[in-house]
Amino acid sequence: MIQTITYAPHFISTVVLVGMMMVFLSPRSGLINNIIQMLGGEPIFFMAKKEWFIPLYILSDIWQNTGWNTIIYLAALTSVNPELYEAAIVDGATKLQRIKHIDIPAILPTIVITLIFACGGIMNVGFEKVFLMQNSLNREVSDVIATYVFEQGLIRAQYSYSTAIGLFNTIVNIILLITVNKIAKKLTDTSLW
Amino acid sequence: MSGLNTKLARTKEDKIFDAVNITLLSLFTLAVLYPLYFVVISSISDPAYVSAGKVLFVPKGITFEGYNRIFSDKSIILGYKNAVVYAVLHSVFGVFLTMTAGYAMSRKDFFGKGFFTVFLLITLYFNGGLIPTYLFINYLGWINTTWIMVALGAVNIFNIIVARTFIQSTISNELLEAANIDGCSHLKIFFMIILPLSKPIIAIMILYYFVGKWNDWFAALIYLDDNKKYPLQLILRNILIVNAPSTEMTRDAQEYATQQRVTELLQYGIIIVASVPVLVMYPFVQKYFVKGVMIGSIKG
Repeated sequence: MIQTITYAPHFISTVVLVGMMMVFLSPRSGLINNIIQMLGGEPIFFMAKKEWFIPLYILSDIWQNTGWNTIIYLAALTSVNPELYEAAIVDGATKLQRIKHIDIPAILPTIVITLIFACGGIMNVGFEKVFLMQNSLNREVSDVIATYVFEQGLIRAQYSYSTAIGLFNTIVNIILLITVNKIAKKLTDTSLW
Repeated sequence: MSGLNTKLARTKEDKIFDAVNITLLSLFTLAVLYPLYFVVISSISDPAYVSAGKVLFVPKGITFEGYNRIFSDKSIILGYKNAVVYAVLHSVFGVFLTMTAGYAMSRKDFFGKGFFTVFLLITLYFNGGLIPTYLFINYLGWINTTWIMVALGAVNIFNIIVARTFIQSTISNELLEAANIDGCSHLKIFFMIILPLSKPIIAIMILYYFVGKWNDWFAALIYLDDNKKYPLQLILRNILIVNAPSTEMTRDAQEYATQQRVTELLQYGIIIVASVPVLVMYPFVQKYFVKGVMIGSIKG
């Protein structure tokens, strides 16, 4: 049940997600501002305030993907030998102790791999959501490399300049990936290759 | 995991842990569920109540006018039709390519296996980027065709690796050898043995490809110019985001007000309409998710 509900947002499209944000956060009729006004506050025009761009981006991402991202840990936990738990229970271990000594060591490699992937993706923050959330009012905080490439390349038709930016970005990414992978290998003996 | 440990000793600490755990999970689930629920009740409520903040837990002033307008809007219907065509063709094409490639990669006697594996894996980290891809597709003359929507992304390397690992780990070599001795050709092995035994993975692939294409608006934005070819998500973007009243302060008051009323009437219903096909599919394949991820995480 919890799974079914928390996985669901993952399948909602970026357009719908950003659309929902705009609807909920609308200064005149949005749910959030209605609640703020009910509590006696002033309505905030979230989508136009540049200090709100990053919190909104992150919060909506947490809302959409946290449930889905648990799957990979769930998969890692199902491969733990049940005898370990039984033995721990017989020895009188509490749940917290079992989590600390069985579950966390069991999923540590998965955590490390996920971290490596996340670092490899640092330079590739989702273009789609940024592009959709972007407007002239939050432009100065919302531009990422991908939206810049899009603008320079397809709108201003500077093909070689924007291709070079894209390639440079990929190289930075690969370097990041390799570095984090090396560090992870040294510290935890887990790595991608 | 929780099933087997409830029977034995439950200390006080365990009880506190359970209570905290259940509370946090319930709160999180509610936080995820409420926005979705709110969209549903708002879509059938009178927009005046919704924008006044009077709809919070139950729908008020029930009306289906929003849905009526959505289903009588020609561009939305056309977009829906386009999106279904793209998503279905894309899934069929994508799953076919993924399974055939996955099967070939799973065979130990596949000539040049190591080379092709590296060849495919490189694209996971390196790709041409937006502009070269656009120029290439332009050069092929695929701009503004249905084909580009079907073909783009139909080979997903990650899915091929998952399919390969699945075939390797669930279908025994002896079975394939026996089929070979009985005179089965590669094609026959693929269609009579591999495909029927790969149903779980095919289900996940169909979901991934279908959802991916259904939710895709960016390829349509770049590669399609003809708005008769636009898929639903792009039309949705134009209604919900580009034309959202809040971003265009310069309109004159009259037009602004009309625009705003129409948007308020449509916005919730259209979110539902656009998400339903995907949300309907997903409970059926949900039981395969963990399996699919497990397979995906096995490398080599």
